[in-house]
Amino acid sequence: MDPIKNKIQNTSKETRQDLYGRIISYSCIILIVVVVLSIFFFVASKGIATFTINHVNLWNFLSGKNWNPAVTDDSGHAELGALPMIVGSFGVTFLAALFATPFAVGTALYMTEIASHRDEKFLQSVVELLVGIPSVVYGFIGLSVVVPFIRHHFGGSGYGILSGAIVLFVMVLPTITSMTVDSLRAVPRFYKEASLALGATKWQTIYKVILRAATSGILTAIIFGMARAFGEALAVQMVIGNNAVMPKGLFSSASTLTSVLTMGIGNTVMGTVSNNALWSLALILLLMSLVFNIIVRLIGRKGRMQS
Amino acid sequence: MKTKVENQVALAIIRLIAILVVVILAFLLGDILLAGVPHISWHFLTAPSQSFTSGGGIGIQLFNSIYLLVLTLIISFPISLGAGIFLAEYAPKNFLTAIVRMAIEVLSSLPSVVVGLFGFLLFVVQLKMGFSILSGAIALTFFNLPLLTRNIEESLAAVPTLQREAGMALGLSKWRTVTRIILPEALPGIITGVVLGAGRVFGEAAALIYTAGQSATNIDFTQWNPLNSASPLNMMRPAETLAVHIWKINSEGVMPDANAVSAGSSAVLIIAVLLFNLLARVLGNALYRKLTASKTN
Repeated sequence: MDPIKNKIQNTSKETRQDLYGRIISYSCIILIVVVVLSIFFFVASKGIATFTINHVNLWNFLSGKNWNPAVTDDSGHAELGALPMIVGSFGVTFLAALFATPFAVGTALYMTEIASHRDEKFLQSVVELLVGIPSVVYGFIGLSVVVPFIRHHFGGSGYGILSGAIVLFVMVLPTITSMTVDSLRAVPRFYKEASLALGATKWQTIYKVILRAATSGILTAIIFGMARAFGEALAVQMVIGNNAVMPKGLFSSASTLTSVLTMGIGNTVMGTVSNNALWSLALILLLMSLVFNIIVRLIGRKGRMQS
Repeated sequence: MKTKVENQVALAIIRLIAILVVVILAFLLGDILLAGVPHISWHFLTAPSQSFTSGGGIGIQLFNSIYLLVLTLIISFPISLGAGIFLAEYAPKNFLTAIVRMAIEVLSSLPSVVVGLFGFLLFVVQLKMGFSILSGAIALTFFNLPLLTRNIEESLAAVPTLQREAGMALGLSKWRTVTRIILPEALPGIITGVVLGAGRVFGEAAALIYTAGQSATNIDFTQWNPLNSASPLNMMRPAETLAVHIWKINSEGVMPDANAVSAGSSAVLIIAVLLFNLLARVLGNALYRKLTASKTN
């Protein structure tokens, strides 16, 4: 055949290369999406089984205060009340965020507004290092430092919501700090210059201009920290005491969704009520992480509209 | 006058907070390192662990952690490279891409215990792979994929569009432009991200308890045939990693020197994370210098 005609009518080497590249990159991304979907599918199908197969009432499950999967009550249903764990999880998460936010924002402000270049670099690498420290190490620190401290100063066993919250505070502090630093750095330089030129003091500039401009970023950082705290399993499990009852205070031992899961999955048989109930807890965790994601998106959208 | 005082006080408080944070963290880390580092010895790093007597080491756990890390990177790097190239180069700006991005974001924020349970359900139970290194590596891959993908996408996106236009102008295919021109330029950023991700994977425990298992079977370091059940390279054996070991001896261990062993192991983990951080920086800078002939990153 005519070589020129051949060249025009057939696909070129480049087109084939491009097709090949497209196939590779599309299949990788499809694989990831399939993984996400199958995580949701598997956990949801297992988690819903408690309600569809074992006929546990959803409202009773969420509001019941007794968690005894092995015990059945008069009507033949297992005692499955997840409220103690839900309260425990939210308790440690909110307390940790409450403790961590002022420290994280203060440190971030110091790094971006006050510190010399050298100090800033130093703090930056400290924060980066702390973000990377494994959660079991934080759990072990909690076990060897925080629990004895609380036992000594506040009485009780030392295990409980407060210990869990303190461990999570140390864990999420670097996360919130580094994200807050990013959002403070994203505030345009001329905002600050304009404010200083108007005669505002440094603090007035920080308080009235920089913090306001970075609000949505800081909120996102806090939500991310809370999501991390909510999903954290081992560090909390090591210090919270693992007692699946309604927490009576900050110093009595309690449990969280994640701690019951890590303790329980290995000790129950697949397909039984007690096992299905644990999967329902996993489903709650999954849905909560979705909720955190949605909140972050909403904050991001609001932040964009303002600017 | 009042505003000036206010300014001084507020700035002093911010300084105080920053100092307090550094002190708290230095205290906690110092505590672990002081308790743990004296315990680290060659024997500790290589000897097998003991369940009921003191004097055990972390040799097998350390090997398992490293092996698991290598396997995870081998599985997750190619996938996230492809996905990262898709997002940075091929992704059309439409609804589907937005959903894909959201899926990746959701995956990155899933609690690691949920990812571990999914691995347990699918690989350990349904596919009957049992508690094994392979199940663990796949679970860790899920955990690592979103971070790595985002990192690769960002590194690729940071390469100037000019380079892509130059490739196109030379008549190269898009794929060839990406793999031969864009990718080498983005490599320092990618390597830094991979090493930092490796640090996270190295310390992950929650995703591994029910996938790689909680028992360290004895392995024979003279047997390197991957199919032999005592071989260190066997992928189907249960493998307790260092991070899981710390959790296990603290929550259900009966080891008399559990405290010392966990302090030592924690110190090893912290030092490992430190090394990964340093390595990321050094490798990234060295590659950048080599590829671009300019000095700083």
